[in-house]
Amino acid sequence: MVIEKDLVIIGGGSAGLAAANAAYDSGVKSILIVEKGPFLGGILNQCIHNGFGLHEFKEELTGTEFFTRLTVESEKRGIEYRLNSFVTKIGEDKSVYYTNKEEGYVRVKAKAIIMSAGCYERNAGAIGIPGDRPAGVITAGQAQLYMNEYGYLVGKKVFILGSGDIGLIMARRMSLEGAKVLGVAEIMPYSNGLNRNIVQCLEDYGIPLYLHHTVSHVWGKSHLEKIEISEVNDALQPIKGTEQVFECDTLLLSIGLIPYNNLLNQLGLPTSRSRGAWVNEHMETKMDGVFSCGNVLHVHDLADNVVAEAKVAGKAAALYLQNKLPRHEELILVEPGDGVGYTVPCEIDLENAEEKIPVKFRVRKPTKECYITYTFNGEVIKKIYKQTIIPSEMEIDPIPKDLFKGEKSGKLVVSLTPKEVK
Amino acid sequence: MTERDLICIMCPNGCHLHVDKGLNVTGNKCPRGVAYAKAEVTHPTRVVTSTVRINSKELRVCPVKTKDPIPKEKIFDIMAAIDQVHLKTPVHIGDVIIHDVCGTGIDVVATREILS
Repeated sequence: MVIEKDLVIIGGGSAGLAAANAAYDSGVKSILIVEKGPFLGGILNQCIHNGFGLHEFKEELTGTEFFTRLTVESEKRGIEYRLNSFVTKIGEDKSVYYTNKEEGYVRVKAKAIIMSAGCYERNAGAIGIPGDRPAGVITAGQAQLYMNEYGYLVGKKVFILGSGDIGLIMARRMSLEGAKVLGVAEIMPYSNGLNRNIVQCLEDYGIPLYLHHTVSHVWGKSHLEKIEISEVNDALQPIKGTEQVFECDTLLLSIGLIPYNNLLNQLGLPTSRSRGAWVNEHMETKMDGVFSCGNVLHVHDLADNVVAEAKVAGKAAALYLQNKLPRHEELILVEPGDGVGYTVPCEIDLENAEEKIPVKFRVRKPTKECYITYTFNGEVIKKIYKQTIIPSEMEIDPIPKDLFKGEKSGKLVVSLTPKEVK
Repeated sequence: MTERDLICIMCPNGCHLHVDKGLNVTGNKCPRGVAYAKAEVTHPTRVVTSTVRINSKELRVCPVKTKDPIPKEKIFDIMAAIDQVHLKTPVHIGDVIIHDVCGTGIDVVATREILS
């Protein structure tokens, strides 16, 4: 079957829904959201905890309440969607191919595409823990799905590797449901979760956090029986003699998220250091009319920031469809400098840019008393003092367009510089 | 009141706060740390989120929350109360699932639309 749409959105989570609503409000009426799961809302379906919406809706919501706000808006606009539908390919001609039970294999001829497919969890295969390969070693997000949507507690005696927010939130959730959470091991010397989660998910339940530790062995014939943790040295290798053994039936892994950017990778589109697509200030990739936003572009810590970014992509797709988003040859490249992991965007087309350009980035390690320095063509154009800056919180900084003084090409470097000693 | 060491959660600084027997706070870089530490030591509160069973075709459980923060020491009593509930569809966001849970004066409400 072949159908035609002006805009196809791949992924109906917070990014896809917010992008669809924004595109509709900017004049695009022919929109199709293709969603892999059985519901709209994406990962927020399993996020029953609160802490969402403070920026976007000015009130504290749970994840499920947050995505419902977005689906209510998309229903009002009558935005079309398909559930349980998997996109297999994007063609060079911007055809989107998806498949589902009812329609079989469908080709959608699209004029513009927004990629908003989210991210996936790093799993046991990625870190190769020595020892057996029993059942009971699962990612924290998978355990969260089982718990919060299917109603299954995956284990009774749990250890958690990685101090990312999902792992911390699952430590609390499983404790509340009667499991014993024995501890959380974090290989880095600092936690990767928000302070709020360290306090309210670990300290509240007396769960110890082992910093600079990793799981060095797992044992179990068919199901997990015990694990060993060890302190690590500066090269992050286990130190002999520091081993501690815990009997447990479950090891949750909260060891990182990776943008699920495969479809754009298949098109050969360039990527950034975030492992998402290379985009400009309008979230447009290097392929005309193909945009990317949300966790498929770079992993966010707040759904509110995903929505803000998706609105930019949705509006931009509308501009593109109205032939109001021309490409210009002169571009400003944005590069991560010292201490900065990646930036979004990777390039700025100053002629198209709005008055303030949000530049987002993450630092590589926690740093106290430093400056974020913006250097354009060798000259410092902006400097912001930060008392503390940490990798687990994404920085967003609106850069005023006039700082570039009309210069439309060159290189903007974002770096972390120490406070001068007087 | 005993002495307590806390990590402030008001901002990324994560100041290590110390509260002494006379409710004096040290280690804070700003006044928000003092307010946080005093509240946390005298009457700590939390929002509890969990799920209750439901007779839905699509989902086995419906997410719920306490509408406002409840005293921290009541968390497990509230979890036990939530555990007793079986819901029937349809359920709407904000529907009261338990009125005045465990005498806190606070309701447990649904946080998801489950129509069938």
